[in-house]
Amino acid sequence: MLKDITLGQYFPGNSVIHRLDPRTKLLLVVVYIVALFTAKWFVSYALVLLCLIVIIGISGVKPRTILKSLKPLLFIILFTGILNLFYTEGKTLVSFWISTITYEGLTRAFFMILRISLLVTGTFMLTYTTSPVSLTDGMESLLRPLRHLHIPVHELSMMMCIALRFIPTLTQETDKIISAQKARGADFESGNLVARAKALVPILVPLFISSFRRADELATAMECRCYHGGEGRTKLKQLQYRARDAVAFFLGAIVLASVILLRIFGL
Amino acid sequence: MTPILQVVDLCHTYGEGTPFCHDALQNISFSIEEGEFVGIIGHTGSGKSTLIQHLNCLAKPSSGQILFRGEDVWKDKAFTRDVRFRVGLVFQYPEYQLFEETVYDDIAFGPKNMGLSKEEIDRRVRRAAGFVGIPEENLQKSPFDLSGGQKRRAAIAGVIAMEPQVLILDEPTAGLDPAGGEKILQNIRAYQKALNATVIMVSHSMEEVAACADRLIVLNEGAVAMMGTPHEVFSHAQELEKIGLDVPQVTRVFLRLRQLGMDVDPAVYNIKDAVSALMKYRGVNADA
Repeated sequence: MLKDITLGQYFPGNSVIHRLDPRTKLLLVVVYIVALFTAKWFVSYALVLLCLIVIIGISGVKPRTILKSLKPLLFIILFTGILNLFYTEGKTLVSFWISTITYEGLTRAFFMILRISLLVTGTFMLTYTTSPVSLTDGMESLLRPLRHLHIPVHELSMMMCIALRFIPTLTQETDKIISAQKARGADFESGNLVARAKALVPILVPLFISSFRRADELATAMECRCYHGGEGRTKLKQLQYRARDAVAFFLGAIVLASVILLRIFGL
Repeated sequence: MTPILQVVDLCHTYGEGTPFCHDALQNISFSIEEGEFVGIIGHTGSGKSTLIQHLNCLAKPSSGQILFRGEDVWKDKAFTRDVRFRVGLVFQYPEYQLFEETVYDDIAFGPKNMGLSKEEIDRRVRRAAGFVGIPEENLQKSPFDLSGGQKRRAAIAGVIAMEPQVLILDEPTAGLDPAGGEKILQNIRAYQKALNATVIMVSHSMEEVAACADRLIVLNEGAVAMMGTPHEVFSHAQELEKIGLDVPQVTRVFLRLRQLGMDVDPAVYNIKDAVSALMKYRGVNADA
């Protein structure tokens, strides 16, 4: 059941999107989000959607994978949509019993659902096409100026890298522990809320213990390879902007500018 | 008599409809009789672990059936749960599932889930601890204070305490020293004898299965490659090697002896048979 989680997963590939500098991708995601929240009406949303479709198309990530990644968020998306649908004041469209659906509510719900889906999918495209290592490299490089404020940028990005790396491992581990306790007759599916919460103890305790054990082992392994933080550390792969990054920035700027223009015209 | 477990044309596909889809098991059929000790051997990724998870209903077949005493294990929910108690599964590195405050409570987790009375639980916990050689005074200790081998034994006791008619173990000796491993195998055999239970053991070590199993099932790439007594299986040394497996050391010695022109059985797989085979050979020579 946990296999459905694709959060932070990386799908190796060799498309232009995969080869873009991670800094470019990070910055463009920010541009994308700004554009998404600036969008106001059908035309601008369509433009953002089109961008996303083109990016997905180039990257070669299967549409099915993307739909699957939205599945865990289905509840939140629908919930937001329904709330907006019923609780927006305006011109009444249909009215039955105590609830009314307004024209404004309908469009707002539609845009809300679209916005959340686009937001999630867009940011997922970043992790789908960028390996955790280059993602953190990019992050570290972008945040480097913060060092002057005594923020441990390298350590933070290393932590993020490790966290991303361990998501699949811990998912697997959890699956294994669940199976093992099920084999001993543990029942996670019946009983009231308290019983169900209690049923989690046999999973959480071994999971915590193994996480600590893994953390300890990893720390030792890193020290064995003389890791001592970011001070004076050099990189095997130096990040370098290339022509394709310039093109990507240019296209990103055009899209953002268009969305802003469209907003001014109320489209 | 109906076999205790029957696998009929079992197939299992992982991640159906995703780019990672692959067939883990293909058309597997075999049956296991009551009281047997069956060894399952195969290369890493040959589908051993997936197969045994099907035997106690943790994985659902993509197609095919698992029968417990002639009845489909998935026929209804209550029966599936019942089968989980009758077919005990000890996972690889089972010590990582320990979670209770005391060894006693951890061993009692399974029997408690079965809804047994307090007295019965107590009887079973002490009996299981006895089988795996956990001393009385260790029962009140925290499982996390035990040594690696002791933890492993406590975890195995947790499954044995449910007194399953079929005990399945996935590499029970992995990562233990030879003495500790041998002890655990003895514990398992003691359990088998006392309850006339059926044991299925997955292993990488040919020596181990040669010493314990009445019958071997060899898996290769999700299909049954060979099946038979250890003697039958180990007489196919070349085919075993082809699928990345080995034969016990003694068998290798005898194979070489045969190549050197000695008339001995090349499929000898334990020391006892090896000694009698050599004695026989010398006897034959002495006669001549």
